[in-house]
This record gives sequence, structure tokens and C-alpha cells, in this order.
Amino acid sequence: MADDAAAQGDGGGLVFHPLDQFEIKALFGGDAIHWYTPTNVTMWMALAVLCVIGLLVLGTSKRSIVPGRTQSVAELAYGFVYKMVEDVTGKDGIRYFPYIFTLFLFILFSNFLGLLPLSFTTTSHIAVTAVLAMAVFLTVTILGFVKNGASFLSLFWVSSAPLALRPILAVIEIISYFVRPVSHSIRLAGNMMAGHAVIKVFAGFAQVLAIAPIAIIAVAAIYGLEVLVSFIQAYVFTILTCVYLKDALHPHH
Amino acid sequence: MEGNIAQLGQFIGAGLAAIGSGAAAIGVGHVAGNFLAGALRNPSAAGSQTATLFIGIAFAEALGIFSFLVALLLMFAV
Amino acid sequence: MADSAVEQGAEAGGAGMPQLDFSTFPNQIFWLLVTLIVIYFVLSRVALPRIAGILAERKGTITNDIAAAEELKLKAQEAEQAYDKALADARAEAQRIVAEAKAEIQTELDAEIARADARIAEKTAESEAAIAEIRASAMDSVQAVAKDTAKEIVAALGGKADARSVTSAVTAAMKGDA
Repeated sequence: MADDAAAQGDGGGLVFHPLDQFEIKALFGGDAIHWYTPTNVTMWMALAVLCVIGLLVLGTSKRSIVPGRTQSVAELAYGFVYKMVEDVTGKDGIRYFPYIFTLFLFILFSNFLGLLPLSFTTTSHIAVTAVLAMAVFLTVTILGFVKNGASFLSLFWVSSAPLALRPILAVIEIISYFVRPVSHSIRLAGNMMAGHAVIKVFAGFAQVLAIAPIAIIAVAAIYGLEVLVSFIQAYVFTILTCVYLKDALHPHH
Repeated sequence: MEGNIAQLGQFIGAGLAAIGSGAAAIGVGHVAGNFLAGALRNPSAAGSQTATLFIGIAFAEALGIFSFLVALLLMFAV
Repeated sequence: MADSAVEQGAEAGGAGMPQLDFSTFPNQIFWLLVTLIVIYFVLSRVALPRIAGILAERKGTITNDIAAAEELKLKAQEAEQAYDKALADARAEAQRIVAEAKAEIQTELDAEIARADARIAEKTAESEAAIAEIRASAMDSVQAVAKDTAKEIVAALGGKADARSVTSAVTAAMKGDA
């Protein structure tokens, strides 16, 4: 296949393989990918873990009152997510702060690591984001029923609406509730996939000499946009988790 | 020209689905523009509403991402 | 171009989207769960308590420092008040001393003036007495001279004048003059 691509490139045609970068390969050779096989997924997730440890554990190891650069960033991330949880969910949401912070850091570092050239973006895979979103969905639903009992169902019964509209609204609310994990996961994976695929497509245009400068400038510009998107998607995923958690803790509008 | 009618349909469908990305762009611009208009009228309330802004942008963008995904599926998966 | 696109589409269609390759899902999900659990434990056991500790410690330090600064400020204010009080005391003392000195000088001055006045009055009285004496003696001599002269003139004119009438005439004339 690579030979074919090279031959076609020589032939003057444009060849795009924008999705090749998302392929999952076993790290130590072999074609079979079992559930335990160390793959590039494993490697980049491990790197994300190392980044988290480097920032939050090694960076704060000095415990200085006047923080250095790494410690400042760690405290900034902590304060950012802590304030988000407190503002959106309320005081009783603070208990779930470590859980939300875990999600935030994992997504943030996966997104940023995916922006390194030749890297692999774990969060661009539906399987990964679907697990993250389903974890949030199940946690929130179970928590809602445990905390509120059957009155959690009042989330779907909009008491401020006219009585005649309420059944229709209830149907809409239930549908939107069950679409949440889908949109939650596909938003993240789609954003990541789209950005990387677009960069790859523009890189493919760079094969043609006439438009190569424009293509390279476009790659640089989109790269900048992707840095922003990487952060915003991590932020959005986290804040939506907080919003869903708030619904579970306080279902009465 | 070789190829078959199904492939033609795939490519046309993918192109049509990609229009949805542009529509999502309009939506995101609308959200951000209205937020800016409101924020300039009452700047003191703007800071507390940035979270709502991002949630709104995320919802608008998610639908665009769906159409982009449909295009990708048509191109590569069907 | 069209050929290559079609061919590529066929190739890619064969490969499909890596995201939809379900055979890799168990692998990804397994490693994702491992990653999340590791991050969760690292955060909840090490990182979050430590950062919370650092933040609390910093807050405590800042509060302590602010309290210390507050205390120092109070002390400074006290010192300033004491200084102001001392200054006011010293100023009042100085004014008192000045007033005392002024009063003393005033009394001395008054006494001196009174003494000088007395001396002047004494001198004036003395001088007046002397002047009166001199004037009286001058009057007497003038009277004597006038009597003598009158007697002589009367005698020279050939008249005979007794002493008594001459004296009364002279006295009357002098009174009329005066």
C-alpha cells in the first residue's frame, strides 16, 4: 500500500491518507491485537500519565510557599478545575472533584500530546471517549437515583411548563438525556479527529509545488487553532460533566 | 470512467454532509457574536457567563462534528 | 486523478476508519481504564492532598503575615500617639515657662517704672520748691529795692516821705503790676 502511494505520488496525483495516523499498532510487532497487547495506545496513555505525574507530583515536590514555574501551573490547573466544580455543581459537588480532575487532566494531556508531530491521539478514538462519556453518564444516573430516589425523575417533568406541554417536554427531555453520552463522546473524538485529519490533508497539498507555501502556512495556522481546540475540548468535556453532575445532585430545576 | 454508481453516491453524500460543518460554523459564530453583544452591554455580568458561552458553543459545534463524521463515514467506512 | 481518487477510496474503504475497527476496542478500553485508575490514585493519594496542603499553608502564612503587619501597624500608631503626646507636653511646658518669664519681667518692669515715677515726682517737687523759694526771695529783693528807690526818689524830689506810706504805695503798685 505504501508502495502504491509512492507510485501514485510520482504519477502526479494527490494521495491523502488522513486517517492513517489513527491506526492502532502493536508496539513490539505482531499483527494480533489482544486486549492486553501493548500498543501505541498504551504508550501515549502512559506518556499522559507521566505528564500528569511530572506536573502534579514532581512539580509540587518542593512544596514552596512562593511557587516556581511548574508548581504555579499545577496550582493553576487545580484552582481552575476546583473553581469550575464549585461554581457549576455547588459545594456538595466538591466530593467528586478528584474524579473530574482525573478526566480533565487525562483529556488535556492526551489532546496536547496528540499535537506532537508523528504522535498518536488517544482521545480521537470513539472507543476511548465513549468509555469516558459512558462512565460519566452511568455515574451521574446512578448517583441521581441514589441521592434523590424516584424524585430524580422530576428532572424530566418540567414543572414550570403548562400542564398540556409537559408530556411532550418529558419525551424530549428523556431523548436529550440519553443522547448526552453520544454527543459528549463524539464531540471530543470528532474535534480531535477533524483537526488532525485537516492538518494531514493540508500537509498532503504540500506535495504540489505551486501551492506548497500556502499549504504549509495553513498547516501552521490550523496547528495554532488545534492547540486552542485541544484545551477548549478538555474544558468543555469537564464543564459538561459538572453540569450533568449538578443535574444529578439537584434535579429540581 | 470506471467505478460504480455507489461510489458516486458516497462522494456526493460526503460533500453534502460537509455542508453541515459550515452550518455549525454559522451557529458557533452566532453564539459568540450574541455573547459579545451582551457582554458589551453589561460587561460586569460577562465574566460569570463564560462557562455558559462555552457550553453553548460546544452544543452548536457538536452537531457540526456529527455532519463531519457522517462525511467521514461515507468516504471511508461505507 | 480520478483513477487515483477512486482507487484510494477503494483502498481506504478496505482499510476503513481506524476508529471503527472494533477488534481494537477491548485493547483501548483496557488501557484507558488502567490509565484512568492510575491517574485517579496518583491524584487522590499524592497530588491533590499535597496541593491542597500547599494552598492551605500559603493561606495560613498570608493570614499570619497580615496579622503580624496589623500588629506592627498598631504598635506604630501607639508610638506615634506617644510621640504626639510628648510633643504636646513639651510645647505646653515651653509655653508655661515663657508665660512665667514674661510675668516676672512684667512685675519687675512695673516696680522699676513705679520707682522711677516716684523719683521723678520727688525731683519735680524739690525743683518746684526751689523755684518757689527763688521766686520768693526775688520778690523780697525787688520790694526792698523798690522801697529804697522810692524813698530816694521822694527825698531827691524834696519831699519828706515817711517809711510807712512808701512801703504801702510800693506794695500796692506791685500788686497792681502783678
